[in-house]
Amino acid sequence: MNAAYFIAPAAIATISAVLAALISITDSIVNNYGDVVININDGSKELDVKGGANMLVTLAETGIFIPSACGGRGSCGECKVKVTSDIGPHLPTEIPYLSKEQLSENVRLSCQVKLKTDVAIEVPEYLFKVQQYDGVVESIKDVTHDIKEVYVKLSDGAEVDFRAGQYGQIEVPPYGKIRERTQRAYSMASVPADTTHLGFLIRLVPGGIVTTYVHEHMHEGEKMKVIAPFGEFFVRETDAAMICVAGGSGMAPFRSIFYDRIAKGKMEERDIWYFFGARTEKDLFYLDELKKMEEEHECFHFIAALSEPEEGSGWSGETGLITEVLDKYLKEIVPSDQPKEGYLCGSPGMLDACMAVMRNHEMQDEKIYFDKFA
Amino acid sequence: MTPVISPFSLFFASIFTSNILLANFLGMCSFISISKDMKSSNGLGLAVVVVLTVTTGVNWAVLHLILIPLGLVYLRFIVFIIVIAAVVQMLEMIIDRVSQTLYMSLGIFLPLITVNCAILGVSLFMEIRNYSFIQSIIFGLGSGLGWWLAIMLLSAMRKKIEKAPVPAGLQGSGITMITIGFMAMAFMGFSGMLQVQ
Repeated sequence: MNAAYFIAPAAIATISAVLAALISITDSIVNNYGDVVININDGSKELDVKGGANMLVTLAETGIFIPSACGGRGSCGECKVKVTSDIGPHLPTEIPYLSKEQLSENVRLSCQVKLKTDVAIEVPEYLFKVQQYDGVVESIKDVTHDIKEVYVKLSDGAEVDFRAGQYGQIEVPPYGKIRERTQRAYSMASVPADTTHLGFLIRLVPGGIVTTYVHEHMHEGEKMKVIAPFGEFFVRETDAAMICVAGGSGMAPFRSIFYDRIAKGKMEERDIWYFFGARTEKDLFYLDELKKMEEEHECFHFIAALSEPEEGSGWSGETGLITEVLDKYLKEIVPSDQPKEGYLCGSPGMLDACMAVMRNHEMQDEKIYFDKFA
Repeated sequence: MTPVISPFSLFFASIFTSNILLANFLGMCSFISISKDMKSSNGLGLAVVVVLTVTTGVNWAVLHLILIPLGLVYLRFIVFIIVIAAVVQMLEMIIDRVSQTLYMSLGIFLPLITVNCAILGVSLFMEIRNYSFIQSIIFGLGSGLGWWLAIMLLSAMRKKIEKAPVPAGLQGSGITMITIGFMAMAFMGFSGMLQVQ
């Protein structure tokens, strides 16, 4: 063997190694921003962290999870954080995801902001409770032809503290052509009193990465990560009647809310009207539970509406679009002199249409709370 | 043999008569896609100037200190590319640290031009034409300035073209290609003055 054969690979390897070493030396010298302080909510919390990485990752390392669907690649625009100190202008990679108002308030995408100096930020208080939980899929049940109920038991005796109506982010592993771990947000359908479990209702979305995984690959006993709880969709404690509207897997937060109120003995405190819209009988679920709930609690009214009931099925409930049924009830049945609050969960189209109906009946925008499917 | 050419002529030639873009047609993809916007064109042009000057110098050293003594000149393509990628990476980190303003206007384009063929092209010309170190730096700087000039001219013209009644079938890239053709012809007018090869 001629020694010359080895010169080329050796030279390439050496050059690459030297360059790699140079890059890492530059990285450790130039990219070393020392320790920086993150001041959260005007001093209510101060974190000493290592600078140089992006804010999303750094905060996650200290246990503060800003919601993010893409995992920090700057493609979902979810990880918005208001920065109150001066950290320079917005990057071109942030601007497409921010509204004019957010730009002027210096809202930033935390995955794009590199921590170089001390910063002051504002985040909603509830985010401090957010944690990453390891769990095991305890049960998967079909509740309709396209919705599955998934219960996750938290591992290592962990307990979760959430408010009924909030959501969690579940993470599924790579499968098939999907090469990365993917996170998606789903509302908790389980009761907060059950602190060792998190339950979700997951509807199959054609082409959806996580929903397809849940429907076709997930099995009982599988390990799973959940980051929870997020969101501000919970019941405001007032005397107003609750007008709740849901469709499909929008059932989840309401199921959690109602059982939570029953457990806390609050079910008789105020009127609750729960409208659930579906196309046909096969899209309805938890019907017996909810009917039983209606019988046992005088203040609770459950109205299921089918837009296309099958002929000859003997459907005796309401028919028509959920907006029509909602309009009819607000006009004729729900006492009009009562103050009302709206709670909505479902697809954007349904929500917008129902909000329009509520406005027509003089319900105020700031009294309408909603959880829109993204 | 190092060619005999005055530094000034080389500098002038690499900007005008042998413009890397309009005479050699290198670095076309980002030229066409970024020239839609003048501000970005300016940032990208500036980034090309910096990267070209630095990488041509570094590649000259790698070529003359490592590849030629070891008889490995045939590895130049792969080695030049690795060097360019690494240098751009380091430049980005340094600029990010040194000046936020500079990073905003120039730094964010750096990863874009790692794979720009003009960058590799200039290093290869430097090797083929046997330039000395000083000549290489001048050639790199001049080519960068030429590229910057060309993209600024094109983006200014595209601003005007936006308001012009371009036939439907030629809108976008079509009319841009034709414009570049005319620009190239105009620049060829310079070539009688001076030639570098």
